[in-house]
Amino acid sequence: MLLQVTNLRVSFDTPDGPVDAVRGLDFELAEGQTLGIVGESGSGKSQSVRALLGLLDSNGRVSGSARYRDTELIGLSERELRRIRGSRIAMIFQDPMTSLNPHLRVSTQMTEVLAQHQGLRRRAAMSRAIEMLEAVRIPDAARRIRYYPHQFSGGMRQRVMIAMSLLCQPDILIADEPTTALDVTVQAEILDLIRDLRTRFSTSVILITHDLGVVAGTCDHVVVMRDGEVVERAAVGALFDQPQHDYTRRLLAAVPKLDAGG
Amino acid sequence: MIFRRKRDADRLAATAEVASRSLWSNAMRRLIRNRAALAASAVLGLMVVLVLIGPALSPYDQATQDYGMIWTGPDAGSGHLFGTDSLGRDLFVRTMQGGRISLTIGVVTTLVSLIIGVTYGSVAAYFGGRVDSLMMRAVDILYAMPFLFFVILLMVAFGRNIYLIFITIGAVSWLDMARIVRGQTLSVKQKEFVEAARMAGASSFNVIRRHIVPNLLGVVAVYITLTIPQVILFESFLSFLGLGVQEPATSWGTLVKDGADEMSRAPWLLIFPAVFLATTLFCFNFIGDGLRDALDPKDR
Repeated sequence: MLLQVTNLRVSFDTPDGPVDAVRGLDFELAEGQTLGIVGESGSGKSQSVRALLGLLDSNGRVSGSARYRDTELIGLSERELRRIRGSRIAMIFQDPMTSLNPHLRVSTQMTEVLAQHQGLRRRAAMSRAIEMLEAVRIPDAARRIRYYPHQFSGGMRQRVMIAMSLLCQPDILIADEPTTALDVTVQAEILDLIRDLRTRFSTSVILITHDLGVVAGTCDHVVVMRDGEVVERAAVGALFDQPQHDYTRRLLAAVPKLDAGG
Repeated sequence: MIFRRKRDADRLAATAEVASRSLWSNAMRRLIRNRAALAASAVLGLMVVLVLIGPALSPYDQATQDYGMIWTGPDAGSGHLFGTDSLGRDLFVRTMQGGRISLTIGVVTTLVSLIIGVTYGSVAAYFGGRVDSLMMRAVDILYAMPFLFFVILLMVAFGRNIYLIFITIGAVSWLDMARIVRGQTLSVKQKEFVEAARMAGASSFNVIRRHIVPNLLGVVAVYITLTIPQVILFESFLSFLGLGVQEPATSWGTLVKDGADEMSRAPWLLIFPAVFLATTLFCFNFIGDGLRDALDPKDR
C-alpha cells in the first residue's frame, strides 16, 4: 500500500478549549489510484491532508498513523518531512491566484524546487522546468517561464502549479479543491490534465473536493466526510449507484442536473 | 501565425519582452508618473549632490574663522553665500557639512533599524505562538524604556560621537519597524504561496527570505521614507538638547538650534539650515506618499 491512514485525529487548541477538526479518519491509497475526499466546507478534509505533511498551524495537534510506504509520517521530524514534501508527496491548492509568489518569476520558483530536492544546477533545472510546463500544455513554455505569475490567467496559473508539483515526479499528488476557483470550462481542462498526467507520470492522486461531479469522472474510490468523521467510503460506481448513507444521498441530490426528471 | 517579414516578428518579440514586468518595475513606472514624488526625488537628488560637492566650491571650511566677517549676512562678494556665524565661520559650508551628517544619520540608522526590524518582526510572526509572544513582549519592554534617559546615559558613559548616535537612534527606531513587519508578515504568511513553498519542501529560513520578505518590501519601502526624516528630526532634537554631534562638526539640527538662539540678531543663521532641513523632510514625505500610491495593490 502506498499510503495508509488509520485513525487520524486533528484538533486545534483555541482559547475556548480544543476543537476537534478530524475525528478518526481512515483511508488507503494504492499505487496508481485516485482517491476522492468529499465533504462540505469545514468537514476536515483539507486539515487531514495538511496534518499528514506536518503543515498544520502551530496550535494544531495530530494523532493516529499515516504510513507512506515504510515511513510513518505522523511525528516525523521537520527535516525528514521537508525531504518528502514536494518531492515524494506534492500538493496543489485551491486558489491559483495566490499560490504563486507574485515577486518571483515562474522560472525561479520552479528551479528552486529542483535545486532543493535534486540538487540540479540552473541550466538542467531550467530545461526540466520547461519540459514540465510543456507537459501541462502551456504554449510557448520556454518564453513564458520567465513571466511573473500575474501575467498568467487563473487556469494557466493552476497549470503552472501542477507543473511545479510534478517536477520531482512525486508518488502522491494531493489536489486540494484544484478547480473550485476556476470557471467551468477551465475546470474541465484542469481535471482532464490531472487525469492525463496521472497515467503519464504514474502518480497516485488524492483529490479533495466538495463537488461530486468532479469525483465521478476522476476518482476510483471516494471517502465522504462530515464534521471530521467518515460517513461513507465506497468505490466510485457504488457510491453513485447505491449511496448507503443518508448524507451521501443528500449530497448527490444537491448536484445540479440538466434533465429535471433525474 | 506566419510573419510576412522578419521585422514584424522581431517587433512582436520586443513587445512581448516589455510585457514581462515585475511588480516592482510596474510600481516604479507609477511612481515616475506621480509628479510630486518625481519632483521630490529630483530635489532630493540635487540636495545630495549639493551637500557632497558644496564644501569643495567654497574657499572656506567648516572650522575656519574669518575674523573680519563675524556675523555677516549673505554676501556673495566675500564668498560667504549664506553669511557667517558668531565665530566668523562660513554658514554655506557648515550647512553642507551638516547636511552630510544629517543625511548620513538618516540613511545609516534607518538601515540599521531596517535590518534588525525586518529580521526580528518576520521571524516572530512566522514562527508565531510562544516565540512570537516572547519576542514581541521584549519589544514592548524596550518601548517602555525612557529613551532620552537611555541616550543621556550612553553619552555620559561613552562620550559623544557620531557612531553612538547611529546606534542609539537605530536601537529605538527598529522597534516600530519590527511591529510593522510583524503585522505584515502575519497577513502574508496566510497566503497560499507561503504554504505552497512549505509544501514544496522549503526550509523556514528560505520561506522567510524568498517568499515573505520580498512581499513585505512595499510597506517597508514606504516606512523607510517616513523613518529617514523621523530619524533626522530626532537627531535634530538631540542636538537641540546639546546631545548631538560635537563641534566643529555639525548637523542641520545643531545649526537650527544655534540659529534659533540668534534669531533676532542674525536671522540667516536660522533660515538657511531650516530651509534645507524642511525641504529634505518634505521630499521624503512626498516620495513616501508616492511610493504608497504606486505600491497600492488596488491600483494594479
